[in-house]
Amino acid sequence: MSRSPSGDRVALWRNPTFRAYVLQGVLLAALAALIGFIVVNTMANLEARGISTGFGFLDERAGFSIPQTLIEYSGDSTYGRTFFVGLLNTLLVSALGIVMATIIGFAVGIARLSSNWLLARLATAYVEIFRNIPLLVQILFWYFAVLQALPSPRQSLSLLEIVFINVRGLVIPDPQPLSGFAATPWALLVGIVAAIALGICAKRRQVRTGKALPIYWLGAGLIIGMPLLVFLLTGAPLEWSIPELTGFNFSGGVRVLPELVALWLALSIYTASFIAEIVRSGIQSVPGGQVEAANALSLPGGITLRKVVIPQAMRVIVPQLTSQYLNLIKNSSLATAIGYPDLVAVFSGTTLNQTGQAIEIVAMTMAVYLVISLVVSALMNVYNARTLLKER
Amino acid sequence: MAGESMRDVMIEARRPPNAHRGVVKWLQRNLFNGPLNSVVSVITISVLLWALWPLVQWALIQADWLGDSRQACSGEGACWVFISARFESIIYGFYPEAARWRVDIVFALMAGLLAWLAIPRIPGKRWAAIIAVIGFPVAAYVLLLGGHFGLMHVSTRNWGGLMLTLTVATIGIVGSLPIGIVLALGRRSNMPLVRAVSVVFIEFWRGVPLITVLFMASVMLPLFVPTEVEFDKLLRALVGIMLFWSAYMAEVIRGGLQAIPSGQDEAGKALGLGYWHRMGLIVLPQALKLVIPGIVNTFIALFKDTSLVLIIGLFDLLAIIRAGLTDSDWLGFATEGYVFAALVFWVFCFSMSRYSQYIEKRLQTGHTD
Repeated sequence: MSRSPSGDRVALWRNPTFRAYVLQGVLLAALAALIGFIVVNTMANLEARGISTGFGFLDERAGFSIPQTLIEYSGDSTYGRTFFVGLLNTLLVSALGIVMATIIGFAVGIARLSSNWLLARLATAYVEIFRNIPLLVQILFWYFAVLQALPSPRQSLSLLEIVFINVRGLVIPDPQPLSGFAATPWALLVGIVAAIALGICAKRRQVRTGKALPIYWLGAGLIIGMPLLVFLLTGAPLEWSIPELTGFNFSGGVRVLPELVALWLALSIYTASFIAEIVRSGIQSVPGGQVEAANALSLPGGITLRKVVIPQAMRVIVPQLTSQYLNLIKNSSLATAIGYPDLVAVFSGTTLNQTGQAIEIVAMTMAVYLVISLVVSALMNVYNARTLLKER
Repeated sequence: MAGESMRDVMIEARRPPNAHRGVVKWLQRNLFNGPLNSVVSVITISVLLWALWPLVQWALIQADWLGDSRQACSGEGACWVFISARFESIIYGFYPEAARWRVDIVFALMAGLLAWLAIPRIPGKRWAAIIAVIGFPVAAYVLLLGGHFGLMHVSTRNWGGLMLTLTVATIGIVGSLPIGIVLALGRRSNMPLVRAVSVVFIEFWRGVPLITVLFMASVMLPLFVPTEVEFDKLLRALVGIMLFWSAYMAEVIRGGLQAIPSGQDEAGKALGLGYWHRMGLIVLPQALKLVIPGIVNTFIALFKDTSLVLIIGLFDLLAIIRAGLTDSDWLGFATEGYVFAALVFWVFCFSMSRYSQYIEKRLQTGHTD
């Protein structure tokens, strides 16, 4: 029993610890009641509708076709397979979008800080226009207003007669590896590992002797030069299948779905407008005194940028950038509005409609996005801990 | 001596220095200061001319504005007749024509309240807030849905267009803010269970896309309640939107709570105030004021995402325009339709973001006095 400062006994219901316990008990009971209510109702509803629960449906034959599959898939594949096909399509458009959005975003963000008045205003206009239009409108615009207005395959627009774009999508050359090509990716892998090892060695050496190796050139040589050399030594075992117009359609090359192109464009352009703002604020967050101090130490401009400005700007940029990447991955689910076969469209759409297993399917779909979010947030926490301002 | 250092002829008057103002000087300083910038400027200007001029020609000069059928479209530029011909349905959806005056009243009430709340010079903010939170929703509910006081009942199935977009946005905003405040307080509570529940709730909704939430609301929510309970489609979407955005709102408000020095709370404790008094009278008013820009940004995101309700079959502004595009009399006007939708959303979002910047500036000066 606790006592008030004056020594009097305090009534039990005024004791903070006791009240905390009671409140949490009530919360727990309410939660349990809510979950129980949901479970009981769901069971009754499912029984009334004749839907069996469980994940057995994943082994059943799907029987529908999907226009873009990165892994082998046919109508005879299982519903479980549709999950992975959709997931890979989601990851594909997300990866493409992240690369493109980062490039546009950094370019526009830096352009906003340009001393050229016109360029800076143009970049501002870009940000203000695309940030304030719903992504869904942009996706529908690119798909229905731009791509659907393109000419038929026979009148395709072409770039150097290699890449073609028409109402049915984008046709690009398809690399065909011949025997012996496998050596090149291995060389790339070895090159990357060697470059990392070299980087660590060079850093130690610099700490010990104060001499710096031309690490960027050596690294570039290892990562780009070595695989290229291996590629040429093995006799350039790669053939390009160039698309060619035969009759009413193209033969050869890879056809990229117009849905993918529209979604990719919209996601990149929309997310880039947010990334541009992040980059701008990140660069502006580095106090001018830092650059002045570097100048006073007579550091060359390149080193000032690489060792002083960028590391400090990145501390502000990276966490926000990651959350934009996560947003992009989540936003890629809008694919379902134009029929790009992503996880939501294929699995939460067609598969759900065919099987009626709403709970399992929605839960699996949500779990995928949750896992991606949680993994990225965990990595982010590690990064934050490493780059945290070291206060002395 | 003196004669050598002195002149006996007047120096001719020099021309005044080149002006530091004027168009040429400005151009020189801002666009052509150095070779690189000059090249960049020339490229930018040519790209702008190359891209903007056809756009202006299409959207304004060669566009068709007047008429009420497809015959009015010349096909040379944009045909805005497509929009003007279905303007009524873009605003009101399928709301019966005889009852549209009720929607107009709600629009007017909303505009008035917004102006009252948003313009700092108008006094009586407390009353405005009370009316906005209690009076307005009741009035809007009675007017829009009808069925009382001799008003014709209009089912939510007939709601649509801009009216539905604004309804979803308003209810989403008004609903997610209080839930967000409770969640933010819960996440900072020192009771482990309360904290855990808040964290799991917030991280769950922030980790999944809104589309899956809407799917869940439309497919799973009816399974969660007894069979007798009929769940309106609009209501289901609203529940999903509110839960989803309350998690984002909670994180914004938590940022504000963290910015308030703990001395404020401790001072409240020293005065013998209880938890709710300390939060409601001391901490929250300061924290919320700090994060008004963040809250407005969440509103903008929420407003933009109301367009997603078309995926579960509600006819918001975007869906109505989309439906118009499939009308066999009006095939091939996708560009006009989506450009108009983009413009409407843009006007709303851009004004909100400008307002948030304005408030941010006001609050910044507020700190110094």
